[in-house]
Amino acid sequence: MDFFNEAHVDAAKELLYKMADDQLIIGHRNSEWTGFGPLLEEDIAFSSMAQDKIGQSEHLYGLLHELGEAEPDTVAFTRNAPQFHCCHLVELPIGEYDFSLIRHFLFDMAEAIRFEMLANSTYEGLAQIARKYKGEIKYHTMHANTWVKQLGTGNEESNTRMQNSLNDSWNLALGIFEPGPHETTLKEAGIFEGEAVLKEKWLELVTPLLEKANLQIPDESTWEPFYGGRTGEHTEHLQPLLDEMTEVYSIDPTADW
Amino acid sequence: MHKSLDPRVNRAALDVEQQIEPLGELDQFQTFEVFHQKKRGQQHVHVGIVHAPNANMALLYAKEQYSRRGTTANLWVCPSSCVTATEYFDEDIFETTNEKTYRDPAVYKVMDRIKAYKERQGK
Repeated sequence: MDFFNEAHVDAAKELLYKMADDQLIIGHRNSEWTGFGPLLEEDIAFSSMAQDKIGQSEHLYGLLHELGEAEPDTVAFTRNAPQFHCCHLVELPIGEYDFSLIRHFLFDMAEAIRFEMLANSTYEGLAQIARKYKGEIKYHTMHANTWVKQLGTGNEESNTRMQNSLNDSWNLALGIFEPGPHETTLKEAGIFEGEAVLKEKWLELVTPLLEKANLQIPDESTWEPFYGGRTGEHTEHLQPLLDEMTEVYSIDPTADW
Repeated sequence: MHKSLDPRVNRAALDVEQQIEPLGELDQFQTFEVFHQKKRGQQHVHVGIVHAPNANMALLYAKEQYSRRGTTANLWVCPSSCVTATEYFDEDIFETTNEKTYRDPAVYKVMDRIKAYKERQGK
């Protein structure tokens, strides 16, 4: 690690925590579809991507461990909701498949760009992870985009369902880009260009794709991002998820798996 | 109500008494045959099928079903309905009589000649 000073370490930790927590929580949420998917092949694909997300989060928790945080398992399974830094979008229950697909689309497009931006980060450990998962995330966005296009242009019911889910998810998705306290430090150190740049790139990417899918982005005058997740303020849905996720771990935290 | 150890099952509130009607024929997706290529330049090998509403989605599923173990360079899918097959009734057309083993390369004893050739080349 070639961090110049303590401020860079704090900034990197903040970035890693929100990325890893987003991935762990959306990975867990999406895994709730395992065994309930709309068709066998989709069940397998969606479950596999959920596993990918949890794998990615483990890798990022590993980086945090290098920076002095606890072991990945301890970090993932022993914190309560106020210690989590995920955005509200990933916490919500899976709902109907249309919601889960729109969330998968909006989140993974942002993740793909974030990783692309980080591929050239001065934080070499993080840049390596960003490059390593390029192909994996590319498949996730292909999957998301194919489904969104398919259902957006399917029939009236499928289009209406997707449009309603998009309307419900939009401000939640904007919450992904909640500015952090270290934006300037991250940028000056060449670690990450920042949430504002990410949001612009994301809008450029999703706007034409949603148009092609015959879906309308809500009017800009109605945009009100759900902030708070990055600083530990969460929806009522996160703690029950954590309780369920850590139920087995909590029986014996010292068990060797 | 079905009570399960899996909280997801309880949340789904499945009604086990409810009779499930079998799907009508048009409610099923068609199948696509999947061909897998290990390395560029090698043959694509048939590996199985996936259900999907169209070819693009079939490719998405083919990737997850058939390329997760080992290496993959490329995948093909094509609708199963495009395949024309022989009849099992006609399986006897593939039978070869014993007198024609001379067509089988394994019956030729050539290793000694190959070895002799290699030795000559070596000199």
